[in-house]
Amino acid sequence: MTDYLEGSLPRGERRRLEAHLADCPHCTEYLAQMRATIRLTGRLEPDDLSAEMREDLGEVYRRWRDAR
Amino acid sequence: MAFRRSDPAATADAELVASLRAGDETAFVALAGRHQASMLRLASTFVPSTAIAEEVVQDTWVAVLRGIDGFDGRASFKTWLLAILVNRAKSTGISEARSTATGDAGPAVDRSRFDPGGAWASPPRHWIEESEDRLLARGLRTRLESALRRLPSRQRAVVILRDVDGLTSEEVCRVLELSAVNQRVLLHRARGHLRAAVEEFVEA
Repeated sequence: MTDYLEGSLPRGERRRLEAHLADCPHCTEYLAQMRATIRLTGRLEPDDLSAEMREDLGEVYRRWRDAR
Repeated sequence: MAFRRSDPAATADAELVASLRAGDETAFVALAGRHQASMLRLASTFVPSTAIAEEVVQDTWVAVLRGIDGFDGRASFKTWLLAILVNRAKSTGISEARSTATGDAGPAVDRSRFDPGGAWASPPRHWIEESEDRLLARGLRTRLESALRRLPSRQRAVVILRDVDGLTSEEVCRVLELSAVNQRVLLHRARGHLRAAVEEFVEA
């Protein structure tokens, strides 16, 4: 399934899988769930930089700039 | 600098890189902010604690500044950055104990869901039309985050880079130094675990 979603399944196997999917509502459902899971995972939100991290990074940067 | 057309994130990165080279501290902090979550998540797949992961992230920025003049924009900034991060993380020498080549050996779908003939004994119930917004609002986010944390480290690294950060499979292979086949095996297992976590949540 992942090879199929990744577009890396050889053509013959892709056709066989697609023929099976046309006949099998359960595997079709499973594939749709995989796609939904990928979309959901992609919407996990990034966390913000903490103030402390921001300050540390500013210092890292200034040291680099002054040494240039 | 050459950056990939029609990728607004890569374009924004390239502009920030140009500003930081010109001495703009806010550009540097903005760039760090854009990648902070990705970097921490990826670093956490290599080291045992958040504190160490944060150190790895900081080390990475020092290395990035040291090497920024050598960055030629052939790879996207993000790919270049994450490859440095992986190097820094590995050089801490305290990498999590690695399991075998591809992590756990479990199948992507529990075998008990198939009958002896290989047909679905317990087919997946239809849940995807429940709106994704509602699913996320009802705490699925927490569930997914914790399922992600429980994945073996290499699966976690691959699925974070592909599905959370949106890197291409080629970029993932470059960052993690994986073969294309290994990348797909790890991705397959990881996505299987995450799908099962969503299913468990929806059906609970």
